[in-house]
Formats: sequence, structure tokens, C-alpha cells
Amino acid sequence: MAKILEKRLIRQPDVFYYKIAAPLISRKARPGQFIILRLHEKGERIPLSLADIDPREGTISLIVMAVGKTTHELSQCSAGDNIRDLCGPLGMATHIENLGHVVLVGGGFGAAPLYPIARSFRDEGNRVTVIMGARSRDLLIYEQEMEQVADRVVVTTDDGSKGLKGRVTDALSMELSSGKVDLVLAVGPAIMMRSVSEVTRGTGVRTIVSLNPIMVDGTGMCGGCRVMVGGETKFACVDGPEFDGHLVDWESLMNRQKTYVAEERESFESWKSRHERMLGKNNAPVCE
Amino acid sequence: MKETQVKEQKQGKKIIPSKTPAPEQDPDSRKHNFDEVTRCYTEEQALRESERCLNCRNPQCVEGCPVRVPIPRFISALKQGNFKQALDIIKEASLLPAVCGRVCPQEKQCEARCALGKKFEPVAIGRLERFAADWVMEHDLASPPPVLPPTGRTVAVIGSGPAGLACAYELSKLGHQVTIYEAFHEPGGVLLYGIPEFRLPKRIVAREIELLRAMGVVIETNVVVGKLITVDEIMAQFDACFIGTGAGTPKFMCVPGENLNGVYSANEFLTRINFMRSHSFPVYDTPIRKGTRIAVIGGGNVAMDAVRTALRLGAEDAVIVYRRSLEDMPARGEEIVHAQEEGVRFEVLTDLVRIIGESGSVREIECVRMEQGPADASGRRRSVPVPGSEFRLPVDMVIMAIGTNVNPLVPQSTADLQVTTWGYIVADEKTGATNKLGVFAGGDIVTGAATVISAMGAGSKAANAIHAYLIRKKQI
Repeated sequence: MAKILEKRLIRQPDVFYYKIAAPLISRKARPGQFIILRLHEKGERIPLSLADIDPREGTISLIVMAVGKTTHELSQCSAGDNIRDLCGPLGMATHIENLGHVVLVGGGFGAAPLYPIARSFRDEGNRVTVIMGARSRDLLIYEQEMEQVADRVVVTTDDGSKGLKGRVTDALSMELSSGKVDLVLAVGPAIMMRSVSEVTRGTGVRTIVSLNPIMVDGTGMCGGCRVMVGGETKFACVDGPEFDGHLVDWESLMNRQKTYVAEERESFESWKSRHERMLGKNNAPVCE
Repeated sequence: MKETQVKEQKQGKKIIPSKTPAPEQDPDSRKHNFDEVTRCYTEEQALRESERCLNCRNPQCVEGCPVRVPIPRFISALKQGNFKQALDIIKEASLLPAVCGRVCPQEKQCEARCALGKKFEPVAIGRLERFAADWVMEHDLASPPPVLPPTGRTVAVIGSGPAGLACAYELSKLGHQVTIYEAFHEPGGVLLYGIPEFRLPKRIVAREIELLRAMGVVIETNVVVGKLITVDEIMAQFDACFIGTGAGTPKFMCVPGENLNGVYSANEFLTRINFMRSHSFPVYDTPIRKGTRIAVIGGGNVAMDAVRTALRLGAEDAVIVYRRSLEDMPARGEEIVHAQEEGVRFEVLTDLVRIIGESGSVREIECVRMEQGPADASGRRRSVPVPGSEFRLPVDMVIMAIGTNVNPLVPQSTADLQVTTWGYIVADEKTGATNKLGVFAGGDIVTGAATVISAMGAGSKAANAIHAYLIRKKQI
């Protein structure tokens, strides 16, 4: 069991920050890795990227948007509650080395895992540019935090309500044409990562993407997270989650992410109706 | 069963030629539930079957058993109605009789060597083993074995499958403090995630694990060795360690369409159901697709488990696609018969060519007929495709049950651990010793995918070697 030490809403209405006591995991975890958690005996195992790691404090942090049943249940937990099962660190860490100019691209709340990655790249002596995009200014997260670990933060919004009007790919194109870029690393929705990879394809700029397929165990045992990379079957949980974006079979990845769309909706709707019935009555906590 | 009893001169007894049948759930009803298929013998049935044992002076059945259970001795105890004593005798050699009685391929092991089997059906050793274990459990007489006084020595066991459990059990009996590290959130390994409820009820595994805990074994779940802690870090904290992490990673065929939705590895399909209980979705949160017409590729026990599980999820048509002949199938005979009784179709001498999809999901598979050529190095006849024999089967789910590769997590994170070309850990056959001092290994991580009983045997053997190592270490 792992205790939630801190929880706060960081973006209305449904993106939360959680700091969790995990002394052993925090000592081993590196940027780019993930954990799997399970909230209760009937719960699903879900993978979540690490948004921060603090070995001195013995904590890890997650930033999670409540989208489905499990993430909504998590959002009902508060500081002091326990997460039943916390397993990690999983996956390979981001390969950090001094390359020169590193451009990190984050979409939506997917920008969160870029925070420890940016910090590590800068600590290694890189110049770090972070490009963060959202549909509108209200949907941006972690901008101030990112300012602290990046040399420069470029914000894009689809509606122009903040920063550059346009997509992260527009900002990336400008970055590529205005100076030397030694590495691009993108984290976020698959469709965004694919677009980023398309922008850099042919430029010779190495482009790493952090994939987020469906997983069960996260240790290479089930193969549910398999993706085609350069014509080979790879397991995102042990071979990844980071891969060369130019080699990923995006169509297959995005198709596989949709495997359980109907079931996920069913699970969430049934939770929601039960939850709403319970509201006002005895609101039983989901965490332990 | 034939009721004709043949007079046997030996011991002046009448030998009943056939095994006493075990009660079974009717195929038509059992294929709609997850309850156990084969029921336990009644006391009368067990007594009757145990009478069939000739109590040979030179019992070959024991030779056929990977852990050398003293079979005639435990059956003699059964004959006298000493059921608890019978179990105690089995437990001298085997930690998990309730499990092995159910899942061992007895027809290839003990029962294959039974003297009675030369002329009649062999003694139903597996069913008798299970009876002893179930009877004791039923009567609540199961108790942890006596444990020697603490030695002050500590051993870490990596993995809580059959190899790890057996190793922990033996070491704990000898007074060593054992900590098991399990990557999943519940201990049991393949006994939990792999073997379905209808073949091995999970409460049985849970009971055995409770016994281990009662002996003082500590089980730490959610610990992925190789990620959270490495073998070298373990060796800095413990006097010795045993690696029993299993075979792990599912193989795929790399045929077109293998990544379509609705294509599962057997590991994933069975884990979702056995371990995450997705057949009870949405009460349990983990979803599973439910196929109407499913194909399972492969002919081992895992393939049989997957196909029968798919039936229980509501598949209307379930077919096994296997590239060799029915006789070549590595699955237990009983599982093949049970699958056939439940209506599974067998497309043998047939190989998968590709999976064809529609809107991202499986729609049909293309197969090719195979014919057998001369025997290969393994003694099995090679199967070769018959040109022009391609045909299609309409299916909406495909389960790949063609075996596993080694899981890379432990070998990769232990730089100087010697492994084979395929990545399996190199360990001494008799002791389980690896090239690293104090590090032992056994089970599928050494041999590749094998049986529960052989993994248990490797775990016990390694435990004895670890014990000897710890004593030597103490003296130095």
C-alpha cells in the first residue's frame, strides 16, 4: 500500500496532482519511467507516467486527468488515503546525455512527464526548449514549473488565447528552421506524437516518442502493449515506453488503443450512476 | 467403465482393469461456468481405486515422478483409510499435492510407468493424490509442517510461482528466513494467472500460500526484481537468492494482422480472466473482448486452457489450430478430451498464415494445411505446408498460444549472470547454482516453458543446494 501525501486540483475540473509516499520506487525511478497502480480488490491495473521523483523525500508524483472509471475513482481519494497496489518503476528510462539543444514537446496534460525529463536533460548540460500546447489557455498545465527546469518554454494554443496561435507542430517547425535541434522528444496523445514525428521526418533530427498503449502487467508478460517499431514487435512496457517516432506504426498503435472503448464507457457510466446515487448519502471512499 | 473384473494371480486379488472414473461436470453445463470440471473422488471411490495399486517392490511410478513422490506408500496409507497420513507422505516430496494432483501430466509421468498399465489402465495416481489433499483441506486438518529452529540465515526468492513456492517451503522448513518477491499484486504466479479456475480453483492456491505464511515466509508483492531492486542488491541484503521468475514473455508468429484488435496472447487473455477476473466485468474493472467465433493457435495446455475459457465466456464456435497432428499435441490427454467433449473443434495439421481484419478488428483467418515429413532432431515429424491448400475461417478473436520467450527483466539487470543464447539462465541441473556465488535459479527461467511439477522439483532441489551452501558459508 502507498499513501497519498498530497492531492490538489491543478486544472479545472478534472486534472489532479498526487504526491505519493514510495521510498523504494523514488530511489530507483528515472525520468521517462512509469508505475502501475490498482486502487482496490476489483480494480484495474493502470499505467501512469511519473510527473516527478524525489528520492530525498521518498515520494513520486503523478498528474492524472479523470477520464475513465479508475482515474475518476482516484480523483475521489484524498491525502491520507492509501493506494492498494503501486508497482514500479517500470519501463526503460529516458536516455539522458549531453546532446546540445533538446526540444521537448508536450500536448495537453501529457506535458507533465516532461518535467523530470527536462530537468535531467538540463542537469546534463543541454539547452532545453519545452513546447507545450493545448486547445486553450485554461487547459495548459505545469507551465510555471516547466519554466524552472527549461531554458525556454514555448506555449501554443489552438485558439490563440495564450502564446502562439496554432499547434505544437507549428512551434516545432519554427524551432527546427531557426536553429540547430539535436533531439526532439514528445509526450502526449498518439496523434500529437505522430504529427511531431512527421514534422521531423526527413530533417535528420532524432525524434523520441513515449507511447501509451493498453497494458496489464507492465513487466513483459502479456504482450497487450505490443507495438510495431521498424517492422518488429516491441513491448512498450519493457522495451519502451520510448521509441523512435519515425519507426512507430502509428495506425496500429492508435487502433489498439481503441480496443476497449465500449467497455471503458460502460464501466465509467455504471460507476458514475452508482456514484451519483451515493452522493449526498454515505460517500464511501474508494481508496483504502 | 468396463465392469468386468479380471482375475489376477498376483496377491490372489481381482484387479479392476479400468481406473475408477472421477465425477465430472456434464460437458453441456460446464462449458457455461467456471466451476471445476473434475470433482474429487469420494472416500469410497478413493478406497476402491487405491486397492488397484499392486504396491510394487520396485515402483517405477516413483521414477516417473519429477519430485519422486513415494507413491505406493501414500496409496497404502489411503488403503487403510489414513487419509491425513497419506498426504503427509506426499508432502515429504511435494509441496503442492492439491495442485499437482490436478495439473500434472500424469499419463506422461507416474502413470506412464505404472506396472498395472502394461495390461490394464494404470492406477489413477493423480486423482488419488488430489483426493488426499482435498480430503485434508475439507476436514481442515492442513497444518504447516514442523519448522526447524531459526538458523539466522536469510534467503530471497524471486517469483511466487511453483518453483519459488517449493523453494521457499523447503528452506523455511530448514529454519531459514525466506522473503518472496512477487511482481504482481497477488502471489501464485502461473497457478493464479495461467491455469483457469475450472482446472485449478484459486482458493486452493490461496490455502497453500497461507500455509507458507504460517511457516514464517514473508511475501512482498508489487516488487519487480530488475526494476525496483536488482539481484546484486538482493545479495547485499540476503545470504542467498533463488530466481524462479518463469518463462514469461509470449511469442507471436509475426504473421500479417497479428496486431489487430481481438488478437490476444494466451498470457494476456488468461491473465485478464484468471487474475483480473474480467469475465465478471464490469463488477471487476478489467475488460475483455468476448469472441463469438474464436481460434486458438497452438496445441499445448495453455492452448486448451485458452480455448475452454473462451467457450465459458460465451464463444459459439471455438477451434484449435495446430500445425502438427493430434498425437503430437503437448497438452495433457485429459485436457484434450475435455476440450473435445465441450465442443471444441480441432483443425490439426493446419497452420495460421495471416489474420484478416475489418475496421481494425479480426474478421477471419487464413490457414494452410500441413503434411508431415520425416522426423526432425526433436523426434517429431516436421510439418510442411501443402501448396494451394489455403482456406479461411471466419473468426472474431484469435488467441496465440505458441509458447513463450524468456522475460528479460532479471537477466538484463544482472550483468554478469550467465545466460544461454536464448536468454535463459544457465544453472546446474542438480543444484540450480548459477555462475554467481549464492545465486540459484530453477523452473521455466532455466528450462524454458515446462510443467508445474518440474518447476517445483527444480525449486526443491535448489533449496537443498542453498541449504548446503549456507552451512558451508557458516563454517567458513
